Amino acid sequence: MSVRPNARPVGQKPPFWRDRAKRALIFQLLLVAAVAAFLLYIVGNTQANLEARGITTGFGFLSNTAGFGIVQTLVDYSSQSTYGRTFLVGLLNTLLVGGLGVLAATIIGFTVGIARLSPNWLLARLANGYIEIFRNIPLLLQIFFWYFAVLRTLPSARDSLAFGEAVFLNVRGLYLPEPLFESGFGIIPATFLVAIIASIVLVVWNKRRQDATGKRLPAGWISLLLIFGLPLLALVATGVPVTWDMPELRGFNFRGGITIIPEFLALWLALSIYTASFIAEIVRSGIQAISHGQTEAAQALSLPRKLVLRLVIIPQALRVIIPPLTSQYLNLIKNSSLATAIGYPDLVSVFAGTTLNQTGQAIEVIAMTMAVYLTISLLVSMFMNWFNARVALVER
Amino acid sequence: MIHNQDMIPQQPAPRSTIGPLAWMRANLFSGPINSVFTLLGLYVLYILLVPTIQWAFINADWIGTSRDDCSGEGACWVFVNARFTQFIYGLYPQEELWRGNIVFAGFAILIAWLAIPRLPYKRWVAIFALTAFPVIAYVLLHGGYFDLPRVPTHRWGGLMLTLILAVVGMVGALPIGIVLALGRRSNMPIVKSFCVVFIEFWRGVPLITVLFMASVMLPLFLPSELSVDRLIRALIGITLFQSAYMAEVIRGGLQAIPKGQEEAAAALGMTYWKRTALIVMPQALKMMIPGIVNTFISLFKDTTLVMIIGLFDLLGIVQAALSDSRWLGFSLEGYVFAAFMFWIFCFSMSRYSQYLERKLHTGHKR
Repeated sequence: MSVRPNARPVGQKPPFWRDRAKRALIFQLLLVAAVAAFLLYIVGNTQANLEARGITTGFGFLSNTAGFGIVQTLVDYSSQSTYGRTFLVGLLNTLLVGGLGVLAATIIGFTVGIARLSPNWLLARLANGYIEIFRNIPLLLQIFFWYFAVLRTLPSARDSLAFGEAVFLNVRGLYLPEPLFESGFGIIPATFLVAIIASIVLVVWNKRRQDATGKRLPAGWISLLLIFGLPLLALVATGVPVTWDMPELRGFNFRGGITIIPEFLALWLALSIYTASFIAEIVRSGIQAISHGQTEAAQALSLPRKLVLRLVIIPQALRVIIPPLTSQYLNLIKNSSLATAIGYPDLVSVFAGTTLNQTGQAIEVIAMTMAVYLTISLLVSMFMNWFNARVALVER
Repeated sequence: MIHNQDMIPQQPAPRSTIGPLAWMRANLFSGPINSVFTLLGLYVLYILLVPTIQWAFINADWIGTSRDDCSGEGACWVFVNARFTQFIYGLYPQEELWRGNIVFAGFAILIAWLAIPRLPYKRWVAIFALTAFPVIAYVLLHGGYFDLPRVPTHRWGGLMLTLILAVVGMVGALPIGIVLALGRRSNMPIVKSFCVVFIEFWRGVPLITVLFMASVMLPLFLPSELSVDRLIRALIGITLFQSAYMAEVIRGGLQAIPKGQEEAAAALGMTYWKRTALIVMPQALKMMIPGIVNTFISLFKDTTLVMIIGLFDLLGIVQAALSDSRWLGFSLEGYVFAAFMFWIFCFSMSRYSQYLERKLHTGHKR
């Protein structure tokens, strides 16, 4: 073999651009420099622009008086409150619609997803129709549909749709009776708590007993009975210390009871229905992902169908279902920011909308808003990583 | 002894196992619970479908020019008819609509060419679609060159704007997404952490705050003498947002390629870029197509959000038309039309993505 003419003599170091480690170091230093230069450029421009517009930076504006009212508040708020309070009100409203949306979307989604796999042909077609229709229409359009085309065309307060003289629906919202708790009501939540603890103890004891003796009690039914029966018993025993504040038509509007504003209803309906169509698909594919061999093996062990589902299919399907499910929950919470399009007072609407327009503190307001969503996302993805690590298949 | 010389002719299947009745017994009425579900389903179908069909077709009015042509008993499609040009092109000048039509036609031809598996020269068509076509489309739509009158972007709207936002967002996000995905898999710690932070940031915030940021904060970031068109600002926001999602799809595709492929290429003495461009990416991109189509569907639906920052996409222009005093009270018709348009696009894309998945997936199926 001939020696290549340009081969380097043994022992001499290669030039630095041929050394992978050095090249990586130089490249990364260049990247850091470029990003830093870009950031400096932006910061410089921003400072010049803010000075030209006469805006002072900082979070001092949070203690200024907001001067505007909000239609739905979960904590005390008036137009005399500060912008900091506005932020809190918006955040709570976002969490309220997000939490209730997650609950409703889960119930609808699991029902539809399981119906999609039903042996009943018609039921499976109907579920499929639901999924295909609602998944392929933009969420904002669905929110507008429920708000402008359905809820805003309802009759006025005088001609409200009444459901049993207690629940009223009209263009101004949904009116529900409000429970007023009298003294002595505290015992009912307390018994509820006791029942939950008792059921946990029962389940653990039952499992130990089954491991030891092979006998088991129907612990699920007993716990259900405990959790619902005990508080009910306490309620009857204390003589039902609850009165209902009924909504009543006075003049042009309803007084008393709980009012649910139409903006909330529209947003909640649209978010739940839209996200449920995705959850249904996740549930369906999660159940179908379990190989037939699993079912057949369980049947070969002559497990009854109910136990095959509960002990073999569902635990394995959940492993597949939960990660995409949590990302749907996250999507739902992020999508609740569409509230601003119909004026539901969520974080984006009252803070990144009204507060931003009044104060002009664009950078601080947008940064705070984004920080809230980022925090929620990071918390959820931390939970996801923890969950994935816990349920991951232990392989070789 | 009796024995039969002939084969016994095949008997027809028992009555109870063939025909529509048996099918109904097996699939609709296989037990008391199932029967109840079937009856319930039929009832739901009845109360939903009958009024809808009556409203949308039987009692609907189709022809006319003003609201007086509508009887009011059913849908008033006259409204959609009268506004149709606006819904498709926005406020684009009447006499220049041919420019929009050419772009639409070119776009349709390119998409069909790429989507139909039998047609040849896919690579060249794809390169043309990603490089030359956007320039041609921009020159045609915006004008100002070759004696074409200028049409400022605030007159663009309707379905045309929706498609522009979605397609430009997608085409812009693809290269950024590839770079981010490669960076996230890189061994260089600083590059990797930059990419992770970038991706997680954009994935963690809602698109609407991104659009707010693009419309409110972008002007602050740039020198004051530089003013950016509102459409461009929205496009920058959408592209950055989309690139993070794209990066994750691409990363998923890259992870599906066995490590042996890259190691074999390295053993042949290929450099990193050659390995990536010639060995890994071509295999990974093929696997990513369903995922890319799915992110495109969600981007397509998300473009409706630009109406919140004052652009008139399909939903925005419908919403604006609904507040026209000559056509008050036809919100249902407007929304149903917009929903139908979006649905057609998204449904066909999702069917195409499912078809691709089936074509690429050759696992065990029962």
